[in-house]
Amino acid sequence: MPRKEGWDKVTGAARYVDDMVLPGMIYGATVRSNVPRGKIRKITFDRSIAWDEYFIVTAKDIPGKNCIALILEDQPCLAAETVNHAEEPVLLLAHADRHKLRKAVEAVEIEYQPLPSVHSIEESEQKSAIIWGADNILKSYLVQKGDVDAVWKEAAHIVEGEYFTGAQEQLYIENNGVIAAFDAANGLTVWGSLQCPYYVHKALMALCALPEQRVRVVQMETGGAFGGKEEYPSMIAGHAALLAIKSGRPVKIVYDRMEDMVATTKRHPSRTRHRTAVSKDGKILGGEIEFTIDGGAYATLSSVVLSRGTIHAGGPYFWPSVRIRTKAVATNTPPHSAFRGFGAPQSLFAMERHMDRIAQVVGISPVEIRRRNFLKQGQTTTTEQTIREKLDLHALLDRALELSDYHAKKERFAEENKKGMRKKGIGIAAFLHGAGFTGSGERYLNSLVGVEAGADGCARVLVSSAEFGQGTNTVLCQIAAEALALPYENVAIAQPDTTVVPNSGPTVASRTAMIVGKLVQSAARGIKETLAKSGLLGREYTAEQFRTACAEYISKHETLKSYARYEAPADVYWDDEKYRGEAYAAFAWAVYVAEITVDLTTYSVTVDDFVAVQEIGKVLHPVLAAGQITGGVAQAIGFALYEKVVWQNGRMINNQMTNYIMPTSADLPPIRVFFEELGNVHGAHGAKGIGELPMDGPAPAIVNAVEDAIGVRFCSIPLLPEDLFEALKSFEWDAPSSVRGAA
Amino acid sequence: MRADPADYRLVSPGNLQAVLSLMAAEPAQWLPIAGGTDVMVLYSAGKLANRKLINIWNIQELRQIEVFPESMRIGAACTYTALREHEVVAREFPLLATAASWTGGIANQNRGTLGGNIANASPAADSLPALLVYDAELTLISERGERCVAYRTFHTGYKQTALAPDELIRSISLPRRFSGYFSHARKVGARNAQAISKVCLAGLGQIAGGAIRDVRLALGSVAPVPLRLSETEHMLVGKQIEPSLMEIVKKRVTQEISPIDDIRSTARYRTAVAANLVAECMEKLAAAGAKA
Amino acid sequence: MKSSTETTAKCEILFTVNGEAVKVLAHPMERLLDVLRNELGLTGAKEGCGEGECGSCAVLLDGMLVNSCLVPVAQIGGANIVTIEGVSAHALIKLLQEAFLECGGTQCGICTPGMILAAVHLLEKQAEPALAEIREGLSGNLCRCTGYMQIFEAVERAAQRRVAQ
Repeated sequence: MPRKEGWDKVTGAARYVDDMVLPGMIYGATVRSNVPRGKIRKITFDRSIAWDEYFIVTAKDIPGKNCIALILEDQPCLAAETVNHAEEPVLLLAHADRHKLRKAVEAVEIEYQPLPSVHSIEESEQKSAIIWGADNILKSYLVQKGDVDAVWKEAAHIVEGEYFTGAQEQLYIENNGVIAAFDAANGLTVWGSLQCPYYVHKALMALCALPEQRVRVVQMETGGAFGGKEEYPSMIAGHAALLAIKSGRPVKIVYDRMEDMVATTKRHPSRTRHRTAVSKDGKILGGEIEFTIDGGAYATLSSVVLSRGTIHAGGPYFWPSVRIRTKAVATNTPPHSAFRGFGAPQSLFAMERHMDRIAQVVGISPVEIRRRNFLKQGQTTTTEQTIREKLDLHALLDRALELSDYHAKKERFAEENKKGMRKKGIGIAAFLHGAGFTGSGERYLNSLVGVEAGADGCARVLVSSAEFGQGTNTVLCQIAAEALALPYENVAIAQPDTTVVPNSGPTVASRTAMIVGKLVQSAARGIKETLAKSGLLGREYTAEQFRTACAEYISKHETLKSYARYEAPADVYWDDEKYRGEAYAAFAWAVYVAEITVDLTTYSVTVDDFVAVQEIGKVLHPVLAAGQITGGVAQAIGFALYEKVVWQNGRMINNQMTNYIMPTSADLPPIRVFFEELGNVHGAHGAKGIGELPMDGPAPAIVNAVEDAIGVRFCSIPLLPEDLFEALKSFEWDAPSSVRGAA
Repeated sequence: MRADPADYRLVSPGNLQAVLSLMAAEPAQWLPIAGGTDVMVLYSAGKLANRKLINIWNIQELRQIEVFPESMRIGAACTYTALREHEVVAREFPLLATAASWTGGIANQNRGTLGGNIANASPAADSLPALLVYDAELTLISERGERCVAYRTFHTGYKQTALAPDELIRSISLPRRFSGYFSHARKVGARNAQAISKVCLAGLGQIAGGAIRDVRLALGSVAPVPLRLSETEHMLVGKQIEPSLMEIVKKRVTQEISPIDDIRSTARYRTAVAANLVAECMEKLAAAGAKA
Repeated sequence: MKSSTETTAKCEILFTVNGEAVKVLAHPMERLLDVLRNELGLTGAKEGCGEGECGSCAVLLDGMLVNSCLVPVAQIGGANIVTIEGVSAHALIKLLQEAFLECGGTQCGICTPGMILAAVHLLEKQAEPALAEIREGLSGNLCRCTGYMQIFEAVERAAQRRVAQ
C-alpha cells in the first residue's frame, strides 16, 4: 500500500503550517525570561520601537484561566508574577512584518528579582530551595510485589548499580508552528503542527473561556513529532489564539530552530539505582529499584512518563519480589515531557546495563543471565500482570544472536582486540514495550472513531489520530479498506479537524494501529451492517455494488456514517492506588544486538552493525513497520552516543543543529530489522504497538558492547568520546600547566 | 531568521577592479561575501555586525585554478567542490582535496570557498592545516597592487589576519613538490559528516634510509590559529620511527599546542587526541617508508 | 539606534525557476529560501535550521546542490534554479519520487524535497553510486524519521531504473 499522503510529500505539495498564508495574517512572537527563577519586577519597552504598531498580550489579557490545561494546572500560559525557568513565556507580540517583530522582541527588557533555583535531580532532592509544591516532588509511585525484605539473606550475590540518562531533544525537522484566527461569528480556529488536536482543543477552551463548539483545531501536515508535539502545541496555540483574539487578525507563530530547541520540551533526564538479590546460579530473587526523573519546572506529562518508566523498570524478566520506588522532581528548567519511549528508554537503559553487571558478578555470560530470568507465558510482571499472550523471548534471543553472528564475533573480537588501537565489542539488550495507555487510561480516553461512506462508494475514515510520518493515514485506510472489501484507493482519511472528526484519543503511546485501528475496523464493519440491514448489500459484493448501495442509502438517509467506541477488554484490570495489575493490553518484545568499534586514537565509538528482532503482533505494513524500527534505532543511537544537551544555569546553550549533534547518513550502521509474528488478540488483525519500542533497546546494547570491547563500565549516556577518554586515563603525559588545570 | 534584509546592503560591482576600488574608497567597511556559508549563518542568527557586504561570488578572476610547471594557483573564490574535482589537486595535493571533502555536506562544498575559509580564520577550519604543510603562499590584492605572503605568517591571532582593510585574498599558490611525499590527514569531529573539527591533522613525510628526511605536521583546533608543529617536526627530522620515539613525540606535541575547553570539546581531550593523531601519522609514515 | 530611513532599496533580480523566467523585487540580502517560498509561492523548500545544517532548504542552482537558506538572492541573477516542484525540469526527480514512495523513503516528508534534490545531484554526478557514495552524497540532509536505510534503498532503485532506461 503506497503511503496515503505520499505523493504530496514527494512533490512538495504537502502543506505544513508555515506553507499556509491567510488573508490579513500577521506574525506573533514570544518574549521569554532569561533567568531560571525570579519575580518579575519591571517590564520596559524600549523607546526606539513604535509600539503602537504592535499588538501586545500579557497574562492580564487572558480571558479564561492562565494555564495550559493538561493533567495538573500548574503551568501558566504566560508568566504573571514569577518565572520558574529560563525561556518561560512572559508576553506576546504581533506585527505584520516578521523582521520588525524580531526587533521588538529584542527591545523588551524584563527586570527580575532572582530567586534561588535548582538545576539537577540532586539539588531538587536536597530541597535547598522548594520550587514546586511542598517538596519539589511532582509525582511518585510505589510498586511492591512479594516480600523484598526477605530476599537479601538468601542471596548469594547482592548487585548494586547507578545509571544515568541525559536530556534529549526530539529534533523534528519541522519546528513548532501554528496559525490562529478568531472572529465573533466562527469563534477560534487553530491550524498547527501537532499530534493531539483534542488536547489543544481542551486547553484553548479553558484559556480563552470558549465553549466546545466555538473552538476548532485542525492538524496540518506535521514534519516529525516524536512526542515533542504531544502537549507543547497547546502552549504555542494558546499564544497565537490570544494574539488573534486581541488583534482580530489571523496570527502565525513559527519558531526558528534556536527558539524551538531552547524553549520546548525534551526527554526527562533520569537516575536509576538498582540493588538486586541474585541466587548462586544467576536468578533474580528480588530487589529494589529507585527511579527518578527530572520533570523541569512544571508537571506537564511527568506523572505519565514516570508511570511508564516505573512499569518498565523491571525489564522483560521475572521478579519474584520487587520494590520500585519512583518519583519525578521539579527543577528550574523548561519542562521535560513526551519523547518516544516516554520513560521506558530511561528505566530500561538501567535495567539492561544492570543485567550485564549481574552477569559479571555471578560469573556467567550476558546471554545466559537473560535466559535464566526471561519472563515466560503464565508468569507475572513486576506489577503482577499475568503474561497471557504467547511469549518466547528465548526464540527472539536465539534469532538475534544468529543474525548478528554474536558468538563467533564475540570470540573473534576478544582475540583481535589484543592488538591495535581499534577494539571491537558486541552487546545485547532485551526489552519490552507496553502498547496503549496504561491501565485504565484507555477506558478514560474513551476513544470514538467514525467511518463515513459517500454516494460515490468511497469511504472516509474519521479519527483525530495524526499522521506525522509514522503511517497513521496509510494503516487506518488499509484497515478500513480490508474491512469494507474495497480497494485501498477508494478509502480516504479526513484531515483531523475537531469539527469533523471524533476524539479517537491522542496520537501517542504506540496506540494508533492497535487501539484506533481496531475501532476503525469496527466502524467500517458497521457501515456494512447498516447497508446489509437495509437490504442493500449482501455478504459478498463488488466495489460497484457497494457504490450502488451507498448511493441508494444516502438518497434516503442523507448520510451514511458508523461510529465505534472503545470498549475495555473484560480481562484488563488495573489498580491505580496500589499500582498493580494489568498495566497494558499488550506488550511488544524485542532483542537487539549492537556491534561497535572503539577507536582508542580518538576515543570515539562507532556502531558498525545493528540487528533488531522484535515481536509486535501482526505486521500490518512491512515497509512502514521497518521504517519505524530503523528510525527509532537511529534516534536511540543518537541518545546513546551523540546527543548531549549542554546546560548552563538551567538553559540549553548548544541550541543549534551545528552543535546539538544528531547522526547523519554517514554515521549510522546498516540497521537490520526482523519481525516475529506470534499473534495477539487485542489489536486490529492482531497488531500491537511499534512506534516507541525501538527507542528502548539500542542505548544499553551499545554501552554493553563498549564494555565488551574495552572492559570499562559506563553507566551514563550520552557517552561521548570525551567521557571515554577521561575514564580510560591511559594517556600519560606532562600536560602544559594551563591544560592540567582544566578538568 | 533573526536579521532584517532591509538593514543590509549587498553590492555587486561585477569585476575585480571595481570591487577593489570600493574597498579602497571605504576601507574595512565592506565585508566580502563569496559562497556565504559562514557569513549567512551569522546573518541568519542575527549576529552579523557588518551591514555592508560586497559580492565576490561572481568575480571570474577569483575562480580560476591555474597549473604551472612549479606551482598551482587557486583562485580565492574556488569552491571546495572545484578543488575536489580538479585532477591536479586530487593527485598532488590530496590533503587539500580530503579537507575539502570534510567541509560541510555537498551543498556547502558547492558554495564554500578556500579564500573564505582562510579569511574567516577559524582555527577549526579543515583546509588550513593542509595549506600550512604545503607551504602555501597567498597573493593579497588591493587597489594599491599585489603582495605575496607566506601562509605561515598570515594568521596573527585568534580570528586575526594580515589582511589590510582594503585587501582581498586573490589566490593561494602551492608549490608542486610534494608528489613524492607520504601524506595523511585525519579529522576528529562530533560525527562523520557536517562537523566542526575538535582536532584536525594534516601530515606530510619522507623517509630515507630508514630515517625521517622531512616531516610536516599541522593541526587545527588546538591553538588560536591553525598550527604548524615546528618544534615537533624539528625533533623528528633525522630520527628512526620506533615505539620509544612515539612517546617522546606525543609529549612534545602536547607541549607545543594550547587547546581550550569550549562548547564542542575539552582541552584535555583535544590534547590527548592531537598527540595520538601525530603518533598515528608517524606510524603510517613508517609503514609507508618500509614498503618503499 | 539606527534611523528607520536607512533601509536598503529593493532591487530587481531576474532568474529562471523550473524552466520559467521570473522577475523578483527583493532586498539583495533576502535569502533565496524566503524568495522562493514567499515571493514565488514555491513552498517545497523548507526551513529546518536556518544554518545550512539540515538540508531541507536544498535546491539546485545551475545544477549545483545548495542550501537556499544561505544564498542571498542578489547572487543568483541569471541563474537557473530547480526546486522539488520542477518535475518537468528534471527527469530524475520523477524516478526518485516513485522510488521514495515504494521504499518508504518518506515518512513525515519535511526532509523529502531537499533529500530528493540531493539525490538528483548525486545521480547526475554518479549514475550508479555505491552505498558509501550515497551516504556521503546525502550526508548534508538530515532525516529524523527514517534512519536513512529506506532512503538509500530508494536512491539505489532510482539509479538502477535510470540506467535500465
